[in-house]
Amino acid sequence: MTLLHWATISPFLLAIFIPFFYKYLKKIHTGWFVLILPLVLFVYFLSFIPVTSSGDVILRSVPWVPSLGINFALYIDGLSLLFALLITGIGTLVVLYSIYYLSKVKEKLNNFYVYLLMFMGAMLGVVLSDNIIVIYVFWEVTSIASSLLISYWFHREKSTYGAQKSMFITVFGGLSMLGGFSLLYVMTGTFSIREIIANVELVTGSELFLPAMILVLLGAFTKSAQFPFHIWLPDAMEAPTPVSAYLHSATMVKAGIYLVARLTAVFGGSAEWFWIITLAGLTTLMWGSVSAIRQKDLKSILAFSTISQLGLIMSLLGVGSAAYYFNDGDNALYTVAILAAVFHLINHATFKGSLFMTAGIIDHETGTRDIRKLGGLMTIMPVTATISLVGLASMAGLPPFNGFLSKELFFTSMLNATEFGIFSLESFGIILPVLAWIASVFTFAYCLIMFFKTFTGKFKPEELDVDHVHEAPFGMLVSPIILGLLVVVFGLFPNILAYSLIEPAMAAILPGILAPGEVFDVYIHHWHGFVPELFMTIAVVILGTLIFLTMKKWSKSAFYQGERDIFNQVYDGGYDGLVKGAQGITRIQMTGRLRDYFMYMCSFIILVLGYTMYRYDVFSVDTSNLSPIDPYMWVISIIFIGSVVSVPFINNRIGVIIVTGVAGFVVALMFVVFRAPDLALTQLLVETVTVVLFMLVFYHLPKLKKEPVNKRLSVLKLIISVGFGAIMTMVSISAFAMGSGAGFPSISEYFIENAKELAGGYNIVNVILVDFRGLDTMLEILVLGIAALAVVTMIKLRLKGSEDV
Amino acid sequence: MRQKQIKSNDVMLQIFARILILIIITFSIYLLLAGHNNPGGGFIGGLMTASALLIMYLAFDMKTITKAIPINFTTMIGAGLLLAVGTGIVTMLFGYPFLTQFFDYFHLPILGEAELTTALPFDLGVYFVVVGSALTIILTIAEDDK
Repeated sequence: MTLLHWATISPFLLAIFIPFFYKYLKKIHTGWFVLILPLVLFVYFLSFIPVTSSGDVILRSVPWVPSLGINFALYIDGLSLLFALLITGIGTLVVLYSIYYLSKVKEKLNNFYVYLLMFMGAMLGVVLSDNIIVIYVFWEVTSIASSLLISYWFHREKSTYGAQKSMFITVFGGLSMLGGFSLLYVMTGTFSIREIIANVELVTGSELFLPAMILVLLGAFTKSAQFPFHIWLPDAMEAPTPVSAYLHSATMVKAGIYLVARLTAVFGGSAEWFWIITLAGLTTLMWGSVSAIRQKDLKSILAFSTISQLGLIMSLLGVGSAAYYFNDGDNALYTVAILAAVFHLINHATFKGSLFMTAGIIDHETGTRDIRKLGGLMTIMPVTATISLVGLASMAGLPPFNGFLSKELFFTSMLNATEFGIFSLESFGIILPVLAWIASVFTFAYCLIMFFKTFTGKFKPEELDVDHVHEAPFGMLVSPIILGLLVVVFGLFPNILAYSLIEPAMAAILPGILAPGEVFDVYIHHWHGFVPELFMTIAVVILGTLIFLTMKKWSKSAFYQGERDIFNQVYDGGYDGLVKGAQGITRIQMTGRLRDYFMYMCSFIILVLGYTMYRYDVFSVDTSNLSPIDPYMWVISIIFIGSVVSVPFINNRIGVIIVTGVAGFVVALMFVVFRAPDLALTQLLVETVTVVLFMLVFYHLPKLKKEPVNKRLSVLKLIISVGFGAIMTMVSISAFAMGSGAGFPSISEYFIENAKELAGGYNIVNVILVDFRGLDTMLEILVLGIAALAVVTMIKLRLKGSEDV
Repeated sequence: MRQKQIKSNDVMLQIFARILILIIITFSIYLLLAGHNNPGGGFIGGLMTASALLIMYLAFDMKTITKAIPINFTTMIGAGLLLAVGTGIVTMLFGYPFLTQFFDYFHLPILGEAELTTALPFDLGVYFVVVGSALTIILTIAEDDK
């Protein structure tokens, strides 16, 4: 265990002590104890920047399950460091924010911080691990922690619904991903990502390439809320706002992005990877931005906006994967998409975090998040309004904020994609920039709506539950101010990120593209000259403003009124259908009637035996070895068959017993005929005793009632009985035919020869019973004894009346 | 339980039962002892003894027989099992596998030259268990009056 390992699991260790802090140090808000850890971790991870920016990586491994090749290996390169800094940095700010957001008196803070720390540790584990099984383990812990945090106010129905939904969807994806990882292991024989990348030709040449890719992508898409798995994210907004800011904008939803970026080196360069990711990303971008425009709840707008921005990053990663097709790092034509993805990832974390926090402040101070009730807050909450303005302007893609830069890069890479000339891009490539542009128009429009509906217009105090609306306390504003400042700083001086974080991250996403010693030459600048991107942005601003200004007209339409995503109907319908279907199937097969179960068993035996005999074609008849049939055997057989066949037609219990008895005595007669005196004697006596027993028992039973005959059921029963008899007959005939041909000698010769000599008896049957096979006899009398005692227990010791055990 | 209106007269049955039982039990013991060399054995012998005792229960009422034969048939099952298992364990004490059977010929008083085998106590165990079980089952059910 190195320091890095301790750092990764330190949130879990701290989580153990949180309940004690909460219980014994009630005077201090528990969040203060938590705050220290992410801050320390953030500073610790900052210390790695010199290492990664010089192109080095750090690998520390401790064995976990070495026999299976599973090691707790931590790996720091540009990509994982970037994510670790996001997790700890935003984590610090979110914890600080939550200290002022959550009341120390009213809330169960111990639960909150335990879940949050659990999540933080798991997230660090996901981004730092090198071993895919370890990634999977941490991945599922993020799902669990996320569900716990969403249902933090578990007494609200919507919270538990949202938590369950996110759990189902992300765990479905997580399990698919495990399948994909297993396939990667099958192909390469290792769980280590670095080794998989080193042996990438084993993956690309395999026929399991596509299944593994799709399974892994299912995991990434569900976690990152890509279309059509995005439906859990808006419902996860029932979580406390710090949670939404942390999990559902900056960290967890980017785990899928991380996975795609990390595995680009494995799957990148193939047309499937390119098109699936690019199209999924662009569809998500489009769908999210269009859906966001019709939301009325601030956090719902932000949720759909997050979905659309994640789609943007995803599509950039898709386009950037083409770099592997050319395998050439010099040409910025392909790598600019990766640059844009990494840059926008950072930008999105900053502005979306601050926006969630301001939405939380508005909720906290006014008591509502509904934009129809809000308005005119600009003068009442100037600081919040300013931060929101900065964040929204950045999200809309306006200069001089960082969102502008990443949006320009996004347009550039989408336009570049049309020039690749691969993967049929020359014919379909044009849809990429078109979709991106349309989505940006909608993004601009909902940013305008969100700002102007909240902060301008008429203040409507009569709609709010809170008496006196005022600016948030300073402590609550600190975190969004810091994030807002970062938005501005990264916007004005983007290149402070370029060398420290973006270049190493690009090198990590595209390993093997660069020659040794070479680095990506990243220089982000505001002014490109009069290029298509600029005109696209200008058109976005004009059209977006038009949409906002005509809002009165289209807000009457059904489109604006129906704010729930239609895919929720698929989910809800599917969920209800699954429950109903399962109940229906159970109701059909679990009738509770023994006769039905008996019918299942017999039909199953018929089918299995019949199919097996048909499949291996084993039905055979061999008449060469048959003994001659004496006339009295015919007589006995006819009596036997007659008595057995007549049983179903007798409508009288005593009659049934007697007829069955007749069958039993005929069997005894058969034993006589076939020269088995011991068996005949036993059969005779057992039959007598059984008949007596039946008489005793049936004496207490009511008379047989004449039941209405169900024709169809009777036919079915007849078919099953006849089938069962037929199949058993066939098995016996075939077994006899095969046995007579096999030529195995019977072991009875041994008993006949040695009965007198070894056991001192002439009755071979008895000698076998008590001597050669005495153990069987001993256990059989044990069975008999147990049966007798069971009868005593059942009858003598049964409960009387309302007597309870 | 239904009350009998008229006390029936079972004299014939009772007299024949007394005679028959003697014969049946004798025959059942014969089956038990002859099992090793002729048809028979513990199982058949036990069942036959059980049916003989059942005739007694049929001819007389339960109380009388319980008084005349003061045997707890449930205990009999345990005794039989112990006897059978014991036969096996004794051979183990002499270092042979469980349930090894021995036999030899002896000159006994009265019977003269006779074969004695350890399978006999084993068969006797079987006999006890069968008698005990059969009677326990039937008598328990018959005694049951809800």
